[in-house]
Amino acid sequence: MSSRESILNAIRGIEKEEKPLPELPLFGISEDVETGFRKSIEGNKGYIVSEQEFLNWLSEASFPKVYSASSSYASISTLSLPEDPHDLEDLNLAILEGQFGVAENGAIWLDDQQLPHRAIPFITEHLVIILKKENLIPTLHQAYDRIGLDYSGFGLFVAGPSKTADIEQSLVIGAHGAKSLRVVLC
Amino acid sequence: MNQPTPHIGLFIPCYVDQFYPRVGISTLELLEKFGCRVSYPLGQTCCGQPMANAGYERDTEGTARHFIELFKDFDYIVAPSGSCVLHVKEHFPKLPDLEKEHQDIHDKIFELTEFLTDILKVDNLKGKFPHKVGYHASCHGQRGLRLASSSEMNSTPFNKAKSLLENLEGLEWMTLSRTDECCGFGGTFSVTEEALSLRMGRDRLDDHENHEVEILTGGDMSCIMHLQGIASREGRKVKFMHLAEILNQAIQ
Amino acid sequence: MSHPQAATEFLKDQAKAKWHDETLWFVRDKRDRISKTIPEWEELRNLASQIKENVLSKLDVYLEEFERNAQKNGIQVHWAKDAEEHNQIVFSILQKQKCTAIVKSKSILTEECHLNPYLEKNGIEVVDTDLGERIVQFLNQPPSHIVLPAIHLKKGEIAELFHEKLHTEKGNEDPTYLTHAARLHLREKFLKAKVAITGVNFAVVETGEFVVCTNEGNADMGVHLADVHIACMGIEKIIPRRKDLGVFLRLLARSATGQPVTNYNSHFRSPSPGKEIHLILVDNGRTAQLAREKFRNSLKCIRCGACMNTCPIYRRSGGYSYGSTVPGPIGSILSPGLDMKKHSTLPFASTLCGSCSDVCPVKINIHEQLYEWRQEITKTHGELGKGLSMKLANGIFKSPLAYKISGNLMRTALKTLPKSLIYHPINSWGKGRNLPETPKESFKDWYLKNRK
Repeated sequence: MSSRESILNAIRGIEKEEKPLPELPLFGISEDVETGFRKSIEGNKGYIVSEQEFLNWLSEASFPKVYSASSSYASISTLSLPEDPHDLEDLNLAILEGQFGVAENGAIWLDDQQLPHRAIPFITEHLVIILKKENLIPTLHQAYDRIGLDYSGFGLFVAGPSKTADIEQSLVIGAHGAKSLRVVLC
Repeated sequence: MNQPTPHIGLFIPCYVDQFYPRVGISTLELLEKFGCRVSYPLGQTCCGQPMANAGYERDTEGTARHFIELFKDFDYIVAPSGSCVLHVKEHFPKLPDLEKEHQDIHDKIFELTEFLTDILKVDNLKGKFPHKVGYHASCHGQRGLRLASSSEMNSTPFNKAKSLLENLEGLEWMTLSRTDECCGFGGTFSVTEEALSLRMGRDRLDDHENHEVEILTGGDMSCIMHLQGIASREGRKVKFMHLAEILNQAIQ
Repeated sequence: MSHPQAATEFLKDQAKAKWHDETLWFVRDKRDRISKTIPEWEELRNLASQIKENVLSKLDVYLEEFERNAQKNGIQVHWAKDAEEHNQIVFSILQKQKCTAIVKSKSILTEECHLNPYLEKNGIEVVDTDLGERIVQFLNQPPSHIVLPAIHLKKGEIAELFHEKLHTEKGNEDPTYLTHAARLHLREKFLKAKVAITGVNFAVVETGEFVVCTNEGNADMGVHLADVHIACMGIEKIIPRRKDLGVFLRLLARSATGQPVTNYNSHFRSPSPGKEIHLILVDNGRTAQLAREKFRNSLKCIRCGACMNTCPIYRRSGGYSYGSTVPGPIGSILSPGLDMKKHSTLPFASTLCGSCSDVCPVKINIHEQLYEWRQEITKTHGELGKGLSMKLANGIFKSPLAYKISGNLMRTALKTLPKSLIYHPINSWGKGRNLPETPKESFKDWYLKNRK
């Protein structure tokens, strides 16, 4: 007998009564979504910036390698998308569009449509996500309600810059992934 | 129309009977002050908790049977111990011939403070106790019997002991840093895990001392025996009283 | 080493033990505060618990449906009855890829299966990429906590280790500096790896996808750069619906570290074009635990580690004192199911205070299961002496007369015996504690005089 069959048979052989699957209410939050989202991103050590602030920062930083998957900022790209994501190893900045943002925790949803390479939001040194205010929702319940059963090979909730607290619980930003996250809320 | 006064069976845990008779006396006198008709069934012994918690619940049939027979005819059973009450409710072994009697006892046995607040509906006690008091929440009372909201949960805060004590004139309720952490007694744990047990006890005592507690109180003498044992060995200043003793003294 | 021995050792370094307790309490306190900002917190716990109970009640049906959907997505599904088969499956995939070096993100399951030593024995270089895991890997230690693997180490120790392994400046203990050194070191590994291994937090039946949560982004760095992604999961990680993720992701990070959500929550449904995803479904004792009705719902665990942070024993004895892959309260109810003899002291390493059950996001009645394991263990592994003395005690308590005599004897004995005997070192109670003063009469004596 294959392991598959032996595992399944072992489970089938256990006498148990089927328990009901609960219906899930859509909980909300008490504050407005923009205030909530702003607090969450800042709590996660990211920044909420206006378009102007973003452009000012960009010109000050003058990154050598920038890639924008957002058509609105295509002109900022300094490189075209390589075939192999390894070639993005020294990417300084990636600009991506977020589908929607979750106020309770700052999570922003992206899937394969926004990610020409799945590695981009991780391998880049700095990450900027463009998000429309109208696409802010209260909690993860509304988020999954919105995603529904839509198909994408990969989907990501990203909520801040890469971080770790593995050394004596001291928070350090920039463990493996992006060292900073800016959300341009427009 | 005269309702007969309910008859209360007083359950005094074995170690209280032997080592802390004053706690038993205070409990009895306190209940009598509230007009209760209380009897102490003389044949009572230990409830079996030490054996059951050590993994020998199956050997406690005799003690459980004895307890049920002795207490089954009372209207209520009251004990100055959350831990022993919890044991009687939850950890008696299955006794098929006494299932109904055990269920009845489950529903009519109360730890002292919950009996006062929930059954006698005592509120706004008149009395005087001008001391800084620290409350040690025994885990079995706290999380087992839900005598107070637990710090882990998101529920409306309440504390039955506090609701009784806070109205006493002059009493200062000292809030601790860790309001309901275990003291490390844990029955046989106190000897099988001696090093941990001591460390936990010392940490609790430090918390009370750091908050200038004069009198450490609680609903379970087992925790207090452990804490007092450490405090007395280490020459700490804090004093110890069971809740029943404070209440009985305060409302003389 | 038994738990009491290990705990005694741990407590010898008093300053470090205190620091360990306070550091984990700080995490628990963060969790308390954030959970209280969610008015529906207790309802979420109920829902999570109910969803998991549903899963465990029809796990066979769900596993088959999940497999079908995952396969439709192009995921290759494997089944492993135990640790050995799991390790062999991983190795055979590596052989097929001619791969000799892999990166791996945090997976308690692979720890449970002892995958690293198995692969290393077979000539594979394994690099754990979670910072905490890399630290303990350098030291040849297992994680001491399932969420905070290096929580038992002080930064000075890590600085010394990194100086030796990564050539950081001697004596530089700055966590930011040390983390960035690890970033550079691991980035090199990420760029080279052809195969990346991850654990799985949740696998969704209706979509055939699985979710991996990290804060560092190390799981994603590995898998998106590698050609092959191997994901290893225990069969209990199944959840029925995608929207159930809303409940679990709201609870997981808040319970684990007090943050509102993990930083990266990656949903893997299909491999990128030209790449492969392999998913290994592992039993390794889970079906046996499922068959134990009293302990079944220990399988609801989502590995948040909150019970460790809240446990007054864990905080003061450290993860290694448990000698099991999953330490702390949840480990103490899981491990005896895998090897009762080896883990026989674990269910006794508790005061049954119940904090673990109140903190658990899926409402596992952990302390009640600790109590139940005690009843099981004493049946087969009870030390004779303990059993005997308990029977004796029960004999005494059953008979009022015998109780009275023994009580009087006890009080008399305490009064008359020399202190040196009561506080003899073999008497564990008396080592650090005085006994209560013995009153002249028992309550019963008083009652007979005053109320009868």
